[in-house]
Formats: sequence, structure tokens, C-alpha cells
Amino acid sequence: MINFLIKGILRDRTKSLIPICVITIGVSITVFMAGFVKGVMSDFVSTTAKLDSGHLKIMTKPYYENKDQIPNDLAILNLSMLTRTLDSSFPNLKWVPRIKFGGILDVPDKNGETILQGPGIGLGIHLFDKSKGELARLSINKSLIRGSIPNSPDEIILSESFSRKLKVNPGDLVTYFGATMEGSMVFESFKMSGTVNFGNPVLDKSTFIIDFNEAQKILDMENGTGELLGFFNNDIYDDVSSLKIEKSFNASYENSSDEFAPIMVSLRNQNDLGSTIDLINTFSSIFIFIFVLAMSMVLWNTGLIGGLRRFQEFGIRLAIGESKRHVYFSLLIESFFIGLIGSSIGTFLGVSFCYYMQENGIDISAALENSAIIFPSVLKAEVTPDLFYIGFIPGLLSMVFGSSLSGRGIFRRNTANLFKELEV
Amino acid sequence: MSNTPIIELKNLSKSYPVAGKSFYALKDVSISFKKAEFTGVVGPSGSGKTTLLNIIGSLDSPSSGTALVLNNNISELTHSQAAKLRNHHIGFIFQVFNLLPVYTVYENVEFALLLQNFSAEKRKKMVLEALEWVGLQDHKDKKPDKLSGGESQRVAIARAMVKSPKILLADEPTANLDAENAHSILKTMKTLNKELDTTFIFSTHDEKVMKYLSRTIVLKDGKIDKERANKSRT
Repeated sequence: MINFLIKGILRDRTKSLIPICVITIGVSITVFMAGFVKGVMSDFVSTTAKLDSGHLKIMTKPYYENKDQIPNDLAILNLSMLTRTLDSSFPNLKWVPRIKFGGILDVPDKNGETILQGPGIGLGIHLFDKSKGELARLSINKSLIRGSIPNSPDEIILSESFSRKLKVNPGDLVTYFGATMEGSMVFESFKMSGTVNFGNPVLDKSTFIIDFNEAQKILDMENGTGELLGFFNNDIYDDVSSLKIEKSFNASYENSSDEFAPIMVSLRNQNDLGSTIDLINTFSSIFIFIFVLAMSMVLWNTGLIGGLRRFQEFGIRLAIGESKRHVYFSLLIESFFIGLIGSSIGTFLGVSFCYYMQENGIDISAALENSAIIFPSVLKAEVTPDLFYIGFIPGLLSMVFGSSLSGRGIFRRNTANLFKELEV
Repeated sequence: MSNTPIIELKNLSKSYPVAGKSFYALKDVSISFKKAEFTGVVGPSGSGKTTLLNIIGSLDSPSSGTALVLNNNISELTHSQAAKLRNHHIGFIFQVFNLLPVYTVYENVEFALLLQNFSAEKRKKMVLEALEWVGLQDHKDKKPDKLSGGESQRVAIARAMVKSPKILLADEPTANLDAENAHSILKTMKTLNKELDTTFIFSTHDEKVMKYLSRTIVLKDGKIDKERANKSRT
């Protein structure tokens, strides 16, 4: 009987192909949308963490209070000791120092006369200490547009947009004008090694990067740093753990009399990111819920209509002597298999498309050109384990549920009306 | 023809609630059918023909009285027992042929055997034999949409007869057929009736059918109005 029914399902497109197509489309869209929303969301968190906030960030209290001004005169000065303490206290985190500093980049001619100059934001990161993983974290190699990454401390890398503004090319000399942490003037010449595009409008505007040790040297910040960023070893932000670590670290300095005592701030508590994350999380959950619900109703309806369309067949089967229970369960089994096939194909397609969008994404940099927030300029999906069931389960259950409802008619039907119904 | 009745209806009534009152589709009907009868139940619409066939076919149960079909009291059968009775001993032919369109002629006939535990080989033998009875061996791989009305009804007969039921209930089997096909179908059924000793009970208005019946029961307002033995065509 099972073989016979399968043969019928395969031959009758209204029983097989159409429901399978509807389920496949529904499930794949559900899976893709869930992956895409999640991808954009986690990309936002990840981009913010990598470029600016870390999963946790340590500054001195006064630096934190004036952080918008990048007050390097209030920087951390006992960096090596602090890092050692952190490494032993929080072994699940990697700590990397960064110095942000403002200044002017000047482009001289052969005679040293200024051709062009412009204000920029400098970033001192560990370019040569591979153990810090900063090149990979900021995707400098992938973001390289022209030239190469610096090979020596006297080399500098500019954002592509900034280099075009200053009309400089790899190999050209640029001079940094700025101030040390003590307020003295700094003039330092660098050879431009290349340009990068971070894919972030804020950083792409006018950023330049030099090695962290060189930044310490020119800014007179020996054993100091403006910010010390902590990243979980698996590079995945853990909201609950970061809040615990933040609490425990800050508690140890609560009664410190040092006005430059460090303060730790989790990603959630920086720049009002917590409410943004909660808002995005809430909206993405609502969106996914509504989407799954809507798709479930479409699929449920498919199962329902599929069952109703087969009343003639059920009538004949009952007349031939098949029991109502047998007809009903065979309908459910059929629906289960159709749901299984549709949900499997739908999940496969949805995850595949998510993977494609994870690797490629949609470039929205043009729309973010004048944006002041750190937001990924390429919207990418993210393939996560939940994508394998978020569409699959509703796809499977909706079909079976729809069929079970339409199949109730088999039990409620008065068998005696068969002759009449079958004459329609 | 054996004299032992295989269907016995005693003081059978069937009522339905209509607008707070009881409407009697059958009222105090007592009648019996013997093995290998070729009988027609005739009467105007609403006379109770279909209700009578439903009860005999264990698709419905009486409100009062007794319906014994092959020694099974219809009132006492559970749904699954009734389904089993239909599956093994009762065949149905409908006014419209009700063939399953996605299956071939062979498969439509085989469908009736799938609930019984016959081997595939045995099923094949039975299906081919049934198709031979109705002269459709050469059409076994065709789908119903490639068949004429007469051929479709022959498939329906083969489907009903393939399990060699003891009783075959036919509800207006010739209503959708032209005269030539109707006679051909009736001849086939008459032959099967003789060869297999199956009891045929028709519900019909059709004069053509009546000529073939060996016995006619006339129903009027749920009661037996007349009953006569015919000299039927063979």
C-alpha cells in the first residue's frame, strides 16, 4: 500500500511537486532571512568589537570620561604590568593595546614644501607582533587596495579614501604633525606602504595606521596605551561573560585612590551599544517569529488544501474497505514525507544561499558614505547551527498539521454519504 | 442459486433528524437476498434506495430493526469491522466511475487488493483475470483519461469484482452510459453474476437495467411498495 501511495504522490504533481515547491520556497526563505538578519546583527557586533570597542575595553577613568577627545595625556602608563595581571586573571581573553591619536598628515614635494595636507585619525596597532593578531582582526591584508602592509616601523598605511584626498601613492613620503601625550609637538615622516579599505565609512574617511611601538615612541607613551582591548579567545562576543568580567575587574579598583586607575567597559556598555543590540535582537526575533508564523500558515494551508482535494480518493478507499484510521494515518505519513523532502531541500537551499551571502554579501557602502556609526558596509548572512532547524521544523510540522486538520474530515464524514459525494 | 439468504433485513428503519422531527428514509423494511441474485431496487428519488444500499454495504447502520449481512449484524459492527467486511466481501460500483486518475487501469484494479495480504504474484494473476472478465486486458497500462465511458465503467466493475466479493452493490451504474455501452456492461455483470455466484443489487431508474434484473423491489417513501420476480435477459 505504501509503495502504491508513493507512486500516486510522485505522479500527481498537485500532491507532490506543488506542495514540495511551496514548502521548499517557504523554508528556504525562512532560513535565509533568519541567517541574513543574524549575520547583519553579529557582523555589526563583530565589526564594532574589532574596529573600536573590543569585547571589553580598559582605559583610565579620566580617559574613559573624555574618550571622545582621545585624551592620550590620560592614557594607561603601566601597560606591561596591567597586561600580565589581566593575562593571569582572565586567561580566556587576549589583550591588545591600541593608541588612537589625532593629527595632520602633510604631503611634501621634493623640496619639502607642502603640496597637500589634511587632518586624520591615527591608529597605532601591533603590525609586527603576530601573536597579537591585529592584522587578521582588522583584516588588513584582505582590505589592502594598493601597495603592501608596512614592513618597517617608519612605514604608514592610509585608508584608500584618505590617500586619494591627499593624492599620495605607495612609496610617497608623508609627514605626521601632532602632539605627544605631554603636549609637545611631533613631526615624523613616514613612507606610505599602501592603502586599505576597511569597509567602514567612519574609518575609511581619514584613518592612517602605524605600528603600535612606533606610536608609543613618537607620542612619548613608553609602556603606555590609550586603550587596551580584550577579545575572547574564540573571537565570539559573550554578553553574559563580558559583563561578569567587567564587574569583577572594576570591583578590584573600586576603592583605589589612584585617579588614573583603569576601568573596564564591556562592549554592551560602550556608546549605548547595549540598547542598540537589544533593539536589534528584539526586532530580529520578532521579524523571524512573524516570518516563521506566516510561512507556517502558508504551509499549513498547503497541507489543508492538499487533503481536501483528495476527498474523492479517500471516499473510494473507504468504500473499498480501508479503515478511516488507515486512510488518516497514510495521509499523515504522506504529508510527513512531503514535508521532509520540501524542508530538506528548502533548508539546503536556504543555508547554501546564506553561505553565499556570508562569503559575498551586499555592498551598501554608497548608502553609508556619510554615516557616523560603525556599521558594516557589506551586509552579510551568517550560517549558524540554528538555521538547520529554524525552517525545517515549521516546514515539516505545518504540512503534517495542515493535513491532520483536513484529515479530520475523514473521521467526521458520515460514511453513508459516500455514494452521494462520489457522484459529484 | 442457493436458497439461503445472505442478506436479511428485518423491520429495518432508518431515520434522520430534520427540523426537530424524524424523517424516515426507510420504514419497517423486511426483505432478504439470496446468493447470486441479480436484483434491482427501484423507486423515485428520496424513496430510500441509496440508504438501503448504504446499510447493506455497512456504510451506515439502521436506526432500528436488524440488518444481517453475511451473518454480520451491521448495527453491532465497529468501524474497522465494517471496513473489513467491505474489504473482503462487498464491492461497489458508482454512477460516475471514480477511477483514480494517476493510476493505470491495472493499478486501479489492483488497488482493491492491496489491503488484503495477497502476494504480488497472486495479485497480478487476480487483476489480469478481472481485466479479462471485462475485456480490458489490452488497456491495462492506460490511464483512465484515455478510456471511454464504457471502458471506465468496465474498469470499475473489474475493481469491484477482482476480490470476488459475495455482494456487489451498484448505484445507477449505467446512468452515464449510452445504450450500447449500458447493455454491454449489464451483460458483463450478468455473466459475472452467473460465473462467480456474486449477489448483485442495483439501485436504478434505468429501464435498460430493469430488463436484466431477475427480481425488482420497488421502494416508495421508505417502504417496500412492490416486489416482483422478472424473466430477465441473459
